[in-house]
Amino acid sequence: MPKRDDIRSVLVIGSGPIVIGQACEFDYSGTQACRVLREEGIRVVLVNSNPATIMTDPEFADATYVEPITPEIVEKIIAKERPDAVLATLGGQTALNCAMELHERGVLEKYDCPLIGANVEAIQLGEDREKFKGVVARCGAESARSAICHTMDEVLAAADDLGYPVVVRPSFTMGGLGSGFAHTPEELRRIAGAGLQYSPVTEVLLEESILGWKEYELELMRDTADNVVVVCSIENLDPMGVHTGDSITVAPALTLTDREYQRLRDISIKVIREVGVDTGGCNIQFAVNPQDGRIIVIEMNPRVSRSSALASKATGFPIAKIAAKMAIGYTLDEVPNDITQETPASFEPTLDYVVVKVPRFAFEKFPAADDTLTTTMKSVGEAMAIGRSFTEALQKALRSLERAGSSFHWDGPRPTEEAARALLDSARRPTDGRIVQVQQALRGGLTVEEVHEATGIDPWFLDQMALVNEVAEHVATATELTPELLRLAKRHGFSDAQLASLRRMPEAVVRGVRHALGVRPVYKTVDTCAAEFAARTPYHYSAYDEESEVAPRERPAVLILGSGPNRIGQGVEFDYSCVHASFALRDAGYDTVMVNCNPETVSTDYDTSSRLYFEPLTLEDVLEVVHAEQQAGPVAGVVVQLGGQTPLGLARALKENGVPIVGTSPEAIDLAEDRGAFGRVLHEADLPAPKHGTAYSAAEAVEIAREIGYPVLVRPSYVLGGRGMEIVYDDETLSGYVERATLAGPDHPVLVDRFLDDAIEIDVDVLYDGEEMYLGGIMEHIEEAGIHSGDSSCALPPVTLGATELERVRESTLRLAEGIGVRGLMNVQFALAQDILYVLEANPRASRTVPFVAKATGVPLANAAARIMLGASIAQLREEGVLPRHADGGRMPAKAPVSVKEAVLPFKRFRTADGLVVDSLLGPEMRSTGEVMGIDHDFGRAFAKSQLGAISGLPTSGTVFVSVANRDKRAIIFPVKRLVDLGFRILSTSGTAEVLRRNGIDADIVLKHAERGEGGQSVVDLINAGEVDMVVNSPSGPSATTRADGYAIRAATAAMDKPIVTTVQQLAAAVLAIEAVQRDDLDVMSLQDHAAALDLYGIEAPA
Amino acid sequence: MLTTREPAVLVLEDGRTFTGRAYGHRGETVGEAVFSTGMTGYQETLTDPSYHRQVVVMTAPHVGNTGWNDEDDESGRIWVAGYVVRDPAIRPSSWRSRRSLEDELDRQGVVGICDVDTRALTRHLRERGAMRVGIFSGDVAAASRPELLHRVQAAPAMTGASLAAEVATKEAYVVPPVGEKRFTVAAVDLGIKSNTPRMMAERGIEVHVLPATATLDDVRAVAPDGVFFSNGPGDPATAETQADLLRGVLRAGLPYFGICFGNQILGRALGFGTYKLKYGHRGINQPVMDRTTGTVEVTAHNHGFAVDAPLEGATDTEFGAVTVSHVCLNDDVVEGLEVRRDERLVAFSVQYHPEAAAGPHDAAYLFDRFCDLMTTSKEVRA
Repeated sequence: MPKRDDIRSVLVIGSGPIVIGQACEFDYSGTQACRVLREEGIRVVLVNSNPATIMTDPEFADATYVEPITPEIVEKIIAKERPDAVLATLGGQTALNCAMELHERGVLEKYDCPLIGANVEAIQLGEDREKFKGVVARCGAESARSAICHTMDEVLAAADDLGYPVVVRPSFTMGGLGSGFAHTPEELRRIAGAGLQYSPVTEVLLEESILGWKEYELELMRDTADNVVVVCSIENLDPMGVHTGDSITVAPALTLTDREYQRLRDISIKVIREVGVDTGGCNIQFAVNPQDGRIIVIEMNPRVSRSSALASKATGFPIAKIAAKMAIGYTLDEVPNDITQETPASFEPTLDYVVVKVPRFAFEKFPAADDTLTTTMKSVGEAMAIGRSFTEALQKALRSLERAGSSFHWDGPRPTEEAARALLDSARRPTDGRIVQVQQALRGGLTVEEVHEATGIDPWFLDQMALVNEVAEHVATATELTPELLRLAKRHGFSDAQLASLRRMPEAVVRGVRHALGVRPVYKTVDTCAAEFAARTPYHYSAYDEESEVAPRERPAVLILGSGPNRIGQGVEFDYSCVHASFALRDAGYDTVMVNCNPETVSTDYDTSSRLYFEPLTLEDVLEVVHAEQQAGPVAGVVVQLGGQTPLGLARALKENGVPIVGTSPEAIDLAEDRGAFGRVLHEADLPAPKHGTAYSAAEAVEIAREIGYPVLVRPSYVLGGRGMEIVYDDETLSGYVERATLAGPDHPVLVDRFLDDAIEIDVDVLYDGEEMYLGGIMEHIEEAGIHSGDSSCALPPVTLGATELERVRESTLRLAEGIGVRGLMNVQFALAQDILYVLEANPRASRTVPFVAKATGVPLANAAARIMLGASIAQLREEGVLPRHADGGRMPAKAPVSVKEAVLPFKRFRTADGLVVDSLLGPEMRSTGEVMGIDHDFGRAFAKSQLGAISGLPTSGTVFVSVANRDKRAIIFPVKRLVDLGFRILSTSGTAEVLRRNGIDADIVLKHAERGEGGQSVVDLINAGEVDMVVNSPSGPSATTRADGYAIRAATAAMDKPIVTTVQQLAAAVLAIEAVQRDDLDVMSLQDHAAALDLYGIEAPA
Repeated sequence: MLTTREPAVLVLEDGRTFTGRAYGHRGETVGEAVFSTGMTGYQETLTDPSYHRQVVVMTAPHVGNTGWNDEDDESGRIWVAGYVVRDPAIRPSSWRSRRSLEDELDRQGVVGICDVDTRALTRHLRERGAMRVGIFSGDVAAASRPELLHRVQAAPAMTGASLAAEVATKEAYVVPPVGEKRFTVAAVDLGIKSNTPRMMAERGIEVHVLPATATLDDVRAVAPDGVFFSNGPGDPATAETQADLLRGVLRAGLPYFGICFGNQILGRALGFGTYKLKYGHRGINQPVMDRTTGTVEVTAHNHGFAVDAPLEGATDTEFGAVTVSHVCLNDDVVEGLEVRRDERLVAFSVQYHPEAAAGPHDAAYLFDRFCDLMTTSKEVRA
């Protein structure tokens, strides 16, 4: 069936900010969809509030709206653009939920733009648990016994019937939010209570426990002619009970016979037909009883998902791309398989390798959180590895996590039986790193049967881990490293580092021996067909096998090192820069070679670069890729500046191994990273920094702090994302910090900086080519300095800084770029306090804000950076029109709209062991997972949009609870007064209320949580009852009770999903935003129109 | 475990050699090297009689994970001549497993090799075509390479091989229908898989499985409502006897359904040629278009030969107008034939495996189509 000709314009809904459960896999799928639709000559209108995505780059759509994904705003876009159809199946749960709301409000009908891909009925059948159970029954399959509940009474009664433990699953939430296992009525009250709250329809499903069963997932694709193919089967190594996003997963399924597999396939196909997903992808999850093979259908997603991104990367079958083609009317047999180019997409990929995905967690950022893995997803990213065997893929995947302790090890003596049993006991509770406990328990001599009994992990997988231990034993006890032994170890995925530790020799020596013996990896190809047909796409992975498939090439290659698994502090924004560099350098005549191990990203799409190596980003793995490419043709160099700290950390070692690094040199990188060296750079440039010192013990830290004065900011050296950073006000806390964390030591000093109170923080992104600087943009933070820049909201152009201050920023930045010797991008953070511009830090690499700046100013910064790294000058790029000829982002036109970036925080995902949400207070340690952007005429409106995108927006009426620290009381009077004028009722604790009343503001007094007596209602009770619409609470004083009170308030607010303002600056911004929303004058404007209006490129040279 | 395996060697007739380790039975074997891309179903593959005299290379890297059970055999024994895998399972894991795959291979005397770069071998076969191969383990592995190559080149080639009678039943037997009996079918066994009569029986067919040497009289003797020719090994050009038999069946006006070898024989009976494919179709992911409905089915394949019939238009024959009903979308190979007389279907066959085992069940409808054909035929006669 050919393309539908009634669709000339499509609105694609994106997935919004990166949150846990919905990450950059939707940037990958959305980017593919936009590309496909445009190739088909369809006008693409895109809405996505996330500026860090590649899909929101102006060249991927005809009209790109970086606007909040709310029904009101999307309706405005529809009214303006009048698309013929809406595609919502590629933007995760956010897009699907928005589409459903548009349907319910009659918007889709009003503007005659129906959903394509999945229709409303199919979405409801797939998403509504009760209806879905009916679907499963009609398909002749089984669901877990269950009950749908809308109240706590129903919940408790149903659990009595089903028997404990029971599973709780809220309806219409994503990433399993709010679901969990309840073993007792108490646990049930807590979990189901939260679940009812999270569900937009106040509905939870209670289910019989299938804990410990084998878990599988099938990815399917259907077209309008009712052809269905299974793209990939995925088996979870962690059995039922751990969310699939938090599980180690394997593709293809490895422990099913054909009969069982075909049964899953038959059910899946019946289900997709019964649900009626017209076209496109969907996934179906199954539990299989390991005792007798009984199959339970768990759920299906009638849309592209995180697993589809994984399945696409695992098989080479681009699900989102094909789904987009199906949505506009093509059938599977009409679309060629990209990889073979000869055979059609109407087939089922077959793999001659094994893929393992491992999740990456961030529990260290939330020390109070319960780290048990449950059916609520908690991981923030994932790494994938491909190997010719399971052991090889698993070990590669574990080292791709780039986390100390994530890999198998054989350090220290073999665990005693007692120690092994203790390990196994801990492994009964699934946590991050359980697999290493399992490996150690096996190493300690426990049997596969015992470990299987305790963990439920399939004996086949355990046996493979035992095999890894066995190989390690061979390596450790052999008289020498023979080629056979090395090859054996390598075939089971051992890294040089692991071998080095087993042989008690340096890693470089192992590598030297290995190379001398000629033991090197070959590179195989992901080709969808197990070599049945020739592959045209160089998508490679390493293996220690006989034959390599890397083709020779003529053009010079540039290797781009990606950023590895997403984590807090290093996410999609770095992928953005890598992808843009690849595009720019391909255009400039290079072959680009991407190396990365994150399956969610656009960078690991085989379409993005000339070649893709799906490999861990360790020194060993990168060196081998460099070697293979040097064998294939000329290599111009390796780009390490764009993927964040991961590749940057490899720069020096790569250079020492003779690898050419392009852009800023490793020595220059050290100048910025090394505290002492950076101090000298600042001194020579005559730039002030906050007073600071380096301490190797608690006593030293206290001494330094007394000298430079409290408060101080303390942190371990060499960190990203503010890991372990704290602001400390006294000696006792300071020594406690240093001792508690046992951070200080000869190799690990602690940095102590004077903390600047009441400073304005400024972020700058620039390009420097050795002679000229291009100022990308200057951002003014809304929160004061001390809150991590990644968690803080900011505005571009700066909203309160004057021209002289901006010129000072420009001047200081230039001196830094010169002093460090930057070639490419640099990010600098300043703090402006008492009219002194302090340099906080400089990072000679692409920063988190590059995509935001690029969109706010309409200039492709990352592309330009890549060109500069390969030798182009800024003058040349201005000449070519890549950069504005005369203007830059530091001098925005007076009429320029304001862009606001706001962070999105994951607090409500993390609960303490008691079930409370962890504290949502912002600090110097970064904890946001993503960001949104709001653009509008002025700051108030832009900030309002950022809040609509980040949280569900600010209230326009109702009750605001205000309770602030003494030092903030003076500053809140005006904003709170304004809130009263805007019609809000103010609720306050006695202290704050007293101050407000003296200033003529009436506030109702409410009890603090600690003051609550028998029968009284505290503010926390009111918040829990939904009677508070917004909370203003700044952390106060040293007293333990006030602190506990503040925490209880914030936890309740986060749990209720209500906005919480924790700084005075945020409050002022919030008031402006509320006014803007009340006036209802938020306009929508596409980035293309924004850039045209701004017209930096058209600005003439100053006379 | 790994270190205790002794070396083994795989030698292709063009001289390319792979070294690996002994797997399954120790000794030597020679056959036609073919690769199979299925990721599941090795037990069904190994016991599929169509693999007689073939050395099967598994592209899936892990083989044996689910062990060997008592239910999934497609015939009474393992037929492959040799087995090439990359990474054999050490311990099986499945609630149905009764023993390990390797024990079963050893028990049935199947010589295998593991730790081979199976992808390199597959690519070689893809580029050079299916060819003879030898696997040598145990004492014989120590022989010189020229000697081993000589043994491989001395073995008979698949082209021209008549093998069906070697694998088929010697005695006729009956598979009773499940539930009420609706039809009687004479199924000529050329290497039939157990699942074929099972799927017929599920549709109320009493299946009389006849030896490959069955005559028209033998067929008539069971008073069938329809006749079926199964899959099987060897070169269809050698199956003149069966082609004759089929012509007799068609002249007698008996509805016909054929699978695989049965498709090639229908082709030959209708006057088309057959030819050897470069490296064949062996896997469970092959897209086939049913041209009568325009839908695509994902199907199980195992064939090295194909029918040479025109893809477009009908060919008039003594038995009716013949059209190509199914085509493989990967390479346009003929995957099914249909014979119509006065617009009415009288015979049809497919080159692939609607009985699956292993493989997807998308083409199971063909058994229903056979039932429909027999029903209409009964009505016409009545």
